[in-house]
Amino acid sequence: VRKILLVVAVVVLYVLHQDIWFWRSSYLVFGFIPIGLFYQGMFSVAAALLMWLLVTYAWPSHLEQEVEETKSREDLAR
Amino acid sequence: LIPAIVVFLYLAAVLYIGIFAFRRARGKEEAEDYFLASRSLGPFVFLFSLFGTNMTAFAILGSSGHAFNNGIVTFGLMASSSGLVIPLTIFLIGTRVWALGKKYGFMTPVQMFRDRWECSHIGTVIFVVQAVLLVPYIIIGIMGGGTTLYTISNGLVPFWFGGAIVALVVMSYVFFGGMRGTAWVNTFQTVLFLCFGAIALIVIGVGMGGFRSAATAIQASPMASLLTRERISPYYFFSYTFIPLSAIAFPHILIFCLTARKMAQFKKTVIFYPICILAIWLPCVFLGVMANRVTDVPEIRAKQEARRVLATQGKNMEPEKRDELREQSAGDDVIMLLLHRYAPLWLAGLLGAGIMAAVMASDSQILALSTMFTEDVFAFYGGKARFGEHVQVQTGRIFIILITIFAYAVALRAPETIFELAIQYAFSGYASLSPLLVAALFWKGSTKWGALAVTLWTALTVIAVAILQAVVPAPAPGPATVLWAPGGVEMLSRTPGGTAVFGFMPVVPMVIVSALLMIVVSLVTQKPRETTLAKYFGGRK
Repeated sequence: VRKILLVVAVVVLYVLHQDIWFWRSSYLVFGFIPIGLFYQGMFSVAAALLMWLLVTYAWPSHLEQEVEETKSREDLAR
Repeated sequence: LIPAIVVFLYLAAVLYIGIFAFRRARGKEEAEDYFLASRSLGPFVFLFSLFGTNMTAFAILGSSGHAFNNGIVTFGLMASSSGLVIPLTIFLIGTRVWALGKKYGFMTPVQMFRDRWECSHIGTVIFVVQAVLLVPYIIIGIMGGGTTLYTISNGLVPFWFGGAIVALVVMSYVFFGGMRGTAWVNTFQTVLFLCFGAIALIVIGVGMGGFRSAATAIQASPMASLLTRERISPYYFFSYTFIPLSAIAFPHILIFCLTARKMAQFKKTVIFYPICILAIWLPCVFLGVMANRVTDVPEIRAKQEARRVLATQGKNMEPEKRDELREQSAGDDVIMLLLHRYAPLWLAGLLGAGIMAAVMASDSQILALSTMFTEDVFAFYGGKARFGEHVQVQTGRIFIILITIFAYAVALRAPETIFELAIQYAFSGYASLSPLLVAALFWKGSTKWGALAVTLWTALTVIAVAILQAVVPAPAPGPATVLWAPGGVEMLSRTPGGTAVFGFMPVVPMVIVSALLMIVVSLVTQKPRETTLAKYFGGRK
């Protein structure tokens, strides 16, 4: 379930990137940042948060174990 | 002259770092040490050098130039989509390639493909296509170096000489320092250009009297569309999300993934990658847009005038005249012009050094090409067995000299802007090659014939797009020239910025057909032996 939720989060973020709702708006956030640029900046922060979730809850630790096992076998063979 | 001197001091510093790395490695003449720093990079160096490797001249010069002419859309097009896709591919693919490299000693992607699909000459075909697509990336670095030094020195250092200096410095530290030197220099450069964005933003903002008035003035002017994404179609915007798929398929990125000491080092890289992109791209894009409000810099006014003439009279002009105006309106040097106008001399030099740091990111590509040549060709065809590892490393060093000279010669003649050259060929081509990695790592059923089909398709489409754009001149800004519309459906068009297929950039059909070819061809051809599959998938079905 956790992995499915993470996949859904990736897809949702990808869709949110398209951001068609601010396409023609030149509204200035804080009086100087165009809304489209501000939105995409916040999107980058959200992407970093998603990466943190992936690293925390879906880290492929089995790969590290496989490498360690191979290394141990090689050491034994020597 | 002061800014130019500061930049030259910076160049001396990076050269010293390369030589220091060479001294550190003295006595070790092993290929793995020279080409992969003995797979021993720590977390800090790994994060910054991997990020720095991926940031080329267009991160600063191209992004602000593109934003100058197209508006804030530049950030969403390239930066924020990269902030999602690139760390995701590093997480999914980079970690797996690292593990396979540790287990089986791979040093290049082609070595892995050859082993995974039990192929030899097909691997050579992949090498050739990868190598050809990588060269434009190296050329960008040299062109960016020439442009930057020319602008910083106020025309005192001509383009050809600036490009030569940058090529020589990069070649020297890659030649001596190998991967260790390149990674250290990249780390130093990344720290520099991450600082650059913030400092440039503050200095130029103060100089302009604050951004609030500039932004409000643009909003109230006919240039208000620069604050929106009106100048780009949603199809084009969507297409661009395919471009960052190229990052993990670039050999220099994949080879870099092999240099981490532990897999845990990928964690920080994956998490902080979007933030690093934000830190460097957002100020550059914002400044590129705000440059349109600067009225007292004649060069910027000339660019705006060229853009205006192109938009209003372009339709009735000869293609050559349109190209000339396009070149005049290109904003690759706009951020340098802003620094010239607003930064004190000594600071302009420091910031110029920051720009040089981004511009000189071609080091990793040069090293990657050398690694690929010595491993995938020299060693694979018996050179290593016959002449030994010492000669292999020396061959790699000679290759570095030859490829740099070649790239420099092309850079002197290439007429395209930095941004276009990179996007049209290298990025689309590598994005189209990305299904190779996905298939090799995640699909047992993939075969070498599927890999060959993907590679040939990529090569053919890149050539086709290049020929089409050379034969059919770009139209004036506005509607595209429809080249093929069967049944009234606009299938193929020549746009002012390139080519469109069903309204999308060519990269979209390139990647989709590439993936389909891998699936269809693999389904009807023979799979590798079970023993080979077991190496990659263990007991997994």
